[in-house]
Amino acid sequence: MKPVDKPDTESETTGLPWPHSWRGVYLFVTGVFVLWVGLLTLFMKLFA
Amino acid sequence: MTPLDYVVLFGTILGIAAYGTWRTRDRRDLHAHLKGAGSTRWFTIGLSVMATQASAITFLSTPGQGFESGIGFVQNYFGAPFALMLICIFFLPIFRRLNVYTAYEYLGRRFDAKTRLLGAALFLFQRGIGAGITIYAPAIVLSTVMGWPLDLTIICSGLVVIVYTVVGGSDAVSLTQRYQIGVIFAGMLAAFFVMLARLPAGLTLTDALTVAGGFHKLEAVDFSLDFSKRYTFWSGMFGGMFLALSYFGTDQTQVQRYLHGSSLRESRLGLMFNAVFKIPMQFFILVLGALIFVFYQFQPQPVFFNQTVWNREVQAAGGPGLRGLEQEFNAVHAEKQQAIGHWLAARHGGDATAEAAAKAEARAAYDRSEAVRARTKAALTAANPAVATKDSDYVFITFILNYLPHGVIGLLVAVFFAATMSSKAGELNALSSTTLVDVYRHVVRRDETDHHYVVASRWFTVMWGVIAIAFALLVKMSENLIEFGNIVGSIFYGVPLGLFLIAFFLKRIGGTAAFWAAVLTQVLVIAAYFGDIGVSYLWLNPLGCAACVVLALVLQAVLRDDTRPAPAAEA
Repeated sequence: MKPVDKPDTESETTGLPWPHSWRGVYLFVTGVFVLWVGLLTLFMKLFA
Repeated sequence: MTPLDYVVLFGTILGIAAYGTWRTRDRRDLHAHLKGAGSTRWFTIGLSVMATQASAITFLSTPGQGFESGIGFVQNYFGAPFALMLICIFFLPIFRRLNVYTAYEYLGRRFDAKTRLLGAALFLFQRGIGAGITIYAPAIVLSTVMGWPLDLTIICSGLVVIVYTVVGGSDAVSLTQRYQIGVIFAGMLAAFFVMLARLPAGLTLTDALTVAGGFHKLEAVDFSLDFSKRYTFWSGMFGGMFLALSYFGTDQTQVQRYLHGSSLRESRLGLMFNAVFKIPMQFFILVLGALIFVFYQFQPQPVFFNQTVWNREVQAAGGPGLRGLEQEFNAVHAEKQQAIGHWLAARHGGDATAEAAAKAEARAAYDRSEAVRARTKAALTAANPAVATKDSDYVFITFILNYLPHGVIGLLVAVFFAATMSSKAGELNALSSTTLVDVYRHVVRRDETDHHYVVASRWFTVMWGVIAIAFALLVKMSENLIEFGNIVGSIFYGVPLGLFLIAFFLKRIGGTAAFWAAVLTQVLVIAAYFGDIGVSYLWLNPLGCAACVVLALVLQAVLRDDTRPAPAAEA
């Protein structure tokens, strides 16, 4: 579903050295989340 | 607390408030008062969003939760990064392009005036109660432990917030939150390192974490599909995302913080900052609690952490029985300490068999000590039914007062006040803005000057501040109040989220269908709660949202509502 009045802002640049696109930022945040969950799982296994 | 602690406490708290008031004293036009001077960068927004969400009870209770139940609570925040990304993609561009002051202003543009007022009214009601709880919950813990008068604690912390929020508006809130969260991080790190330094000689951080893990305090992630468990990866992902979407997307306390950014980019990066750092921040606070658990395995531990209540009750008629339980607990605690000593000695010596045996012995002693604690709490209730027996909120403050050096104690108490003031300021600012923009300027006085609205906004801030203080002074519900706040949130969060989801994604639904769907759903949710339909209050939130969307679709089909979005909102 497309939102009623969502402007197209995803194509704008982030102004960061990296990532340049917002899609890249969201992928980075998702990657960091996976990293946190992985580290938490490892932490738990290490000290079980 | 010594004079040094009081100097650190008052110097920090009043210094930040005075600086915020002075720096933002010239915010005289309405836009600057509600949205700031338009120069706020992403880092300040990120810290402001974080500071608004993290109240004092977060920093008082969360280490206690790590102490008692371990760090599994961190999973509750797993859905937050995804909710924040959805807000960046769908909510934020629309709010910014329409240049709204409040989230409910958007409802007015997409639907109609009555739906806007309904959204604003639901927010004002539930957040008005929430503002009272924000100030009351830490005040009761701090006043109990410190011996300060409860009413004076509430009034003093409330008045300071009112002053700088009235003078500087939204900019003062963001600016002070930046320094308040700095004090919070500094205080929590100081507590962490002082605690590590006070662990017994020869006990490394790895040893401490091994002990915490041995008592199941480090079980961070649970991938099981057991719905009877409160915190799992899945409940955190789905339930947590739903809750975060409601809170960050539709609650003006948060919307106002990120709309404050100087551009869409700054607002987005501020939210992404939270998406990245929310989980590690909560993890750190919970691990601090788990390590305080380890710390107490090598020190005398109170059988009941609310020592003020304990000392009062042992002086009363049930005293001898309570003293007996305390002695029993101390004996079991000593056995446990001995078993942990053998466990670590075997571990260092590389004797796996002896290590396993000692670990099992320590765990058995721990189970016995917890059984004594449970009997102690039952005895306290029998002696005085009015006593609140949940003592985990008192674990961290008891540790601070008994083991941290003077000066650091003042800093940590400043942490709790900074957290109270930062979330309270965000709430007051949002309550005042919504009252002004969605009610006063929209319904009561439409065409007044900027100066008139700025003055009105200041009076609304005072009004909500006084209401919050009065609520905190009048209610006497102890920790049940925190649960009461969660219940109110669950009852009143689902419908606004349903309204916003309809507004964003269901183009054919008009204002009348959306409004009546929201009203009917809210009545049904309230009836479901008071009718006790056998569903936990935590489910009222998603049920309310789903029911609102479904009812709107049905009503749209029946009413053939032709109320269409305003051209500005559709363009």
